[in-house]
Amino acid sequence: MEKMEFAKRQTLALLVDNEPGVLSQIARLFSRKGYNIEAFAAGPTENPGVTRITIDVLADEPHTELLCNQLNKLYPVRSVKWLNAESSIYRELMLIKVKVSGSEQRNDVIQLANIFRAQIIDVSLETLTLGLAGDAEKLSAMEKILSEFETLEIARTGVVAIERGSATINDESKERGEFNYGKNVL
Amino acid sequence: MKLKGSEILMECLLEQEVDTIFGYPGGTILNVYDSLVKYRDRINHILTAHEQGASHAADGYARSTGKVGVAFSTSGPGATNLTTGVATAYMDSSPVVFISCNVADNLIGKDSFQEVDSTGVMLPITKSNFQVTDVKKLAGTVRRAFAIARSGRPGPVFIDILKNVTAEEAEYEFIPKQKHKEAGVLKAVYDRNMVDYHKPEIDEDDINKLVEMIGESEKPMLICGGGVVRGRAHEEFNKFANLADSPTAVTVMGGGGMNGRNPLVTGMIGMHGSQASNIGVDECDLLIAVGCRFSDRVALDPETFAAKAKIVHIDIDRSEINKNVQTDHHIVGDAKRVLEKLNERLSQQDHSEWKKFVFSYPTETEYEDGGDTLNPKQLCSTIAKLMPEDTMVATDVGQHQMWAIQHFHFDYPGQLLTSGGFGTMGFGLGAAIGAKVGNPDKTVIHIAGDGSFRMNCNELTTVEHYKLPIITFVFNNGTLGMVRQWQNLIYKGNISETNMDRGPDFVKLAEAYGLKGRRVSNQEELADAIKDALASGSGYIIDCMLDIDEMVRPMVGGGSHITDFMRT
Repeated sequence: MEKMEFAKRQTLALLVDNEPGVLSQIARLFSRKGYNIEAFAAGPTENPGVTRITIDVLADEPHTELLCNQLNKLYPVRSVKWLNAESSIYRELMLIKVKVSGSEQRNDVIQLANIFRAQIIDVSLETLTLGLAGDAEKLSAMEKILSEFETLEIARTGVVAIERGSATINDESKERGEFNYGKNVL
Repeated sequence: MKLKGSEILMECLLEQEVDTIFGYPGGTILNVYDSLVKYRDRINHILTAHEQGASHAADGYARSTGKVGVAFSTSGPGATNLTTGVATAYMDSSPVVFISCNVADNLIGKDSFQEVDSTGVMLPITKSNFQVTDVKKLAGTVRRAFAIARSGRPGPVFIDILKNVTAEEAEYEFIPKQKHKEAGVLKAVYDRNMVDYHKPEIDEDDINKLVEMIGESEKPMLICGGGVVRGRAHEEFNKFANLADSPTAVTVMGGGGMNGRNPLVTGMIGMHGSQASNIGVDECDLLIAVGCRFSDRVALDPETFAAKAKIVHIDIDRSEINKNVQTDHHIVGDAKRVLEKLNERLSQQDHSEWKKFVFSYPTETEYEDGGDTLNPKQLCSTIAKLMPEDTMVATDVGQHQMWAIQHFHFDYPGQLLTSGGFGTMGFGLGAAIGAKVGNPDKTVIHIAGDGSFRMNCNELTTVEHYKLPIITFVFNNGTLGMVRQWQNLIYKGNISETNMDRGPDFVKLAEAYGLKGRRVSNQEELADAIKDALASGSGYIIDCMLDIDEMVRPMVGGGSHITDFMRT
C-alpha cells in the first residue's frame, strides 16, 4: 500500500455536535478513505451538546491533511485539530487484571504497580486489578512487564490529548473560517 | 395549532415554497399521502413509474430551477430505489430533499416488512441525513434539512420519518422561510455559527492577490466548473472571462456557466476535451478554476496537469482545495460573490497572441461528412438548429452525452442536465421530466443512448400521463458505445457484452406508452421528425440510427497526460 509507506500514528482531536449518527458518520469516513482507526475516545466537553473525540490513525502527512479536510466538511463537525506530538499532552487510562497465586506473587505485582505509580483498584484472592494513566508508551511498558504474570484482561480507553500552553481547539483561524464557510451560509 | 405529523410535513414544505413533489407511495408513507389530498391545490405531486425516476426528476427539477427538489418514497425498497438518484445528486452537488418514511417505532429494528436502515444506507451519499422519531422535532428537522440542502455547496439531504410520527399530533406554528433563522433548531445552528465561526466574508487579500496574478500572466486559462452553474454565477463569470481576456474551458458540469457562443470558449476539457482546451491548459502560465474539483476526468494526471502554470482554485468547499491537484492560491467563497469582487478590481486585459495560439487548435471535433447518414455532429447541430435556442437538454450517460456536450452550446445554468460525477445511465428521462415540470415554458429534450434509454424508459408513462412534451432523441448505434469504444481502443477490439442487438423497437415502445415515435437514418428524415415532434406537442421518441463504430473524439486515456490524444 503506497499510502502506508510514510505512515505513522497521527492524533486528531474533533469537536462534534452530540447528535445521533455522528459517530458512525465519522467512523465511516475513515473506512471509506481506507484508513483503520487505531484508537478512538469520545466524551462530553465544557459545552453541553458538544462531544470531543480523539482519534489515532496510521497515515502519512499528506493523507492526514486530506482526512482533516474531509472531517471538517461534515456538517456536525465543529472543529478539527491535528495534534503535534511535541506541543501536545497525551493520556490514556488502562485497567489490567492480573492473576496472582500466593502472597509472593501478589507482593511482586504490588511493587511493580508502585514503580509505575499505578493504583490498585480491586483485589480478590486470586487477582489484582491495577489502574494506570499515562501516555501510550508507559501503559505498554507496564503491560509488557506484567505479562510475566498471567494477565486475565486489559481495558484501555484510547488516547485523549490536549495542546500545551494557551492554544485550544477553539482557536479561530483563517482556515477554520474557510472550512465553515459552507456551513455558515444558512 | 395541533396538527398530525403528516400535515406538519406538508406545512413545512409550504414554508419552503415547495409546490412540486415527485414520488411513489407505499405502506409506511400512507399517512403522508393521505394528507397530500388536502394539500392538492397547493402541492402538485408527480407520480413516477419507479422511485429512481422520482429521484432523478426531483434532481432535474432542482438543477433546472435552482430551487430545492423534493422526492417521496416509502420504506425499504422505496428508499433503496432512491439511492442511485441520491448519489447522483450528491456527486453533482444538487440540492434535493429526499423524504422517506420507515416502519413505526414498535417495529423498528425487528427486520419488519419493508424495513431497512435507510439513514445508514444514505449516510455516504448525502450531505446530511436525519431520522425523525419524535413528532415534536419534525418541523425543526425539515427546516434544517432544507437549509442544509441549499446552503454552501448544495447537496442532497435525506429525512427518514417513522410511520407513527406521521400519525401523532404536535403543536405547529407556520414560520415563513425567511424567519427560520430566528426560530427553533435553525436559530440554535445559526447562533452557534455566528458565535463560533467567522462570518462568511471573502478574504480581501486573497482577491487582491489573484488580481495581481492575472495582471502578471501572459497566458491565462480559465476553467468553468459546476460551481458556476450551481451558484448561478454565469453573468459574473462571462464578465470575468471577458475582462481577463482569457480562453475558457468548460467542464461537463460547467455547461451553461459560460455563454456557449462566447468566442473565448475553447470547448470541453479533459478526457474528451477539445484540443484547444487541453493544449491551452497544458501551455498556460496561470490556470484559474472556478467551482471545479479537478476530477480524474478533467485533471487526468494530477502530477502533470497544468504543470507550467500557477493554479488558482476558487471554490465554496474548502475540502476541495488541494484534494486532487496541488494549487498555488485559493479563494474560498460563493462563485458569484468572488467573481463580483474580482470584476470590480480587474482592469481589461489583452491576450491576443495567446488566444491566437490556443484557437489555432480546434474547439470542436469535425466528423467526416457521412453524406446521407447521420453522424454525431450533424445530428447534434440539426437538433440545435431546429430547436428553440434556450432548449433545455437532459442527457443520459455515454457517447451521446459527450457528443451532446461537445456540440451543443449552453448559455445559462440549468440548460444542461447531465450526470457528470456519478455517471448515472438512465438519469436523463427523469431529469427531463423534472425540468419540464419546473420550467413549463421551456422546450425540453432528452438525449439518450440506446443502452441508457433501456434502463429507465418506464418513465415514458409519466411523460404520457402528465402530457409533458419531452422529445427523446435516442442515439441508437446498437451498442453500449462508450464501453465498446474502450474495448476497441484499450482492449484490442475484444468486444464483450456490449452489443445491444435486441429489442425493444423504440418506435413501437413509444406507441405502447401512448406517445409518438419515428425512426430516422438521414438528415432529411431527422428534420421532418423534429418538425412533427414540435408540432405534436406531446412526448415523442426519435430513434436516430448511428454507425456502431462511431467514437467520441478526441480522447485521452485515464491517467494520461492531458495532451496525449489517442488515435481514434
